[in-house]
Amino acid sequence: MSRGGWSLGDFISRVFARDEGSRVVAKDRLRLVLIHDRADMAPEMLEALKNDMLRVISEYMDIDSEGFKVDFERHEDAMALVANIPIRAIKRHGLTT
Amino acid sequence: MGEAIVITSGKGGVGKTTTTANLGAALATMGQRVALVDADIGLRNLDVVLGLENRIVYDLVDVVEGFAKLKTSLIKDKRFENLYLLPAAQTKDKNAVSPDQMRQLVSDLKQEFDLILIDCPAGIEQGFRNAVAGADKAMVICTPEVSSVRDADRIVGLLEAHELRQPLLVINRIRPAMVRRGDMMDIDDIIEILAIELLGVVPDDDAIVVSTNRGEPASINQNSRAGEAYRNIARRLLGEQVPLMNLEEAGLLNRLRRMIGRSR
Repeated sequence: MSRGGWSLGDFISRVFARDEGSRVVAKDRLRLVLIHDRADMAPEMLEALKNDMLRVISEYMDIDSEGFKVDFERHEDAMALVANIPIRAIKRHGLTT
Repeated sequence: MGEAIVITSGKGGVGKTTTTANLGAALATMGQRVALVDADIGLRNLDVVLGLENRIVYDLVDVVEGFAKLKTSLIKDKRFENLYLLPAAQTKDKNAVSPDQMRQLVSDLKQEFDLILIDCPAGIEQGFRNAVAGADKAMVICTPEVSSVRDADRIVGLLEAHELRQPLLVINRIRPAMVRRGDMMDIDDIIEILAIELLGVVPDDDAIVVSTNRGEPASINQNSRAGEAYRNIARRLLGEQVPLMNLEEAGLLNRLRRMIGRSR
């Protein structure tokens, strides 16, 4: 609609449509709620993710696996995967393999 | 040896029973031997949607309890050569049936019929577990609303836990005019979110209300858009490649609007 001038078509679609349809709102809300629903459904998947992260990060640094925590956090408008990874030491030579 | 398809949704009122009835009628018209099973024990409705409510003698619980024979309990729909209904029990508790009994029942039906459509109750509890127990395939019915899509997503996860992978999606009651003005999720939005295969799209259609009032499936009504959509779905179930129908209504106002839109 930022093009110069208004055509009859623009006018009609303005009359028939509000600026932003509720479709976008519905989709965004659904996406968020489903991240939460799906995360809720599989604690074993979260555990698998945690183990994978632990393995990868361990290649670069020494981490305290006891204090290592991964969880979903829900914010106003987004879901976040929050990891708390206590580091014991950084490996000097990077990949050891 | 036939195939059993369970028709699910999670949420109630999105069109499971209507879909079961319409697909059953369409498939029977196409020469398939079809048995419809109402698995919604305590809340039976498939019989009234099909207009067979006055012909019930025995029900599903009578059969699994061994009180009645399967063959004598099936109601033959006189309008369609090959369509039969096994009604749900209305007065019994839904815990009257177990998943093992349902598995046996469906397996028996598969000996006699090409296709068995199982109308699943709403919810995710015992009734759901019973309805999916004997199924080889699952269909998920979903309307373009957040609540329905959310529940459909949950059902997809639960079906997977019951070894029913790759369910087929039917989007019901889509309203093209609302989609056009950006006030309803469209087909692509829903497929993107649910990430399952699309089997068909059924437009919102007053003819469904009328046909349900009369107890005559809309899929045999040549003038109903929803009926056409159901016939297309039935053909796809039989392996035919059928493109999605054009959802645009052919009304004068819409034709006018599109003409003006094109001149932009």
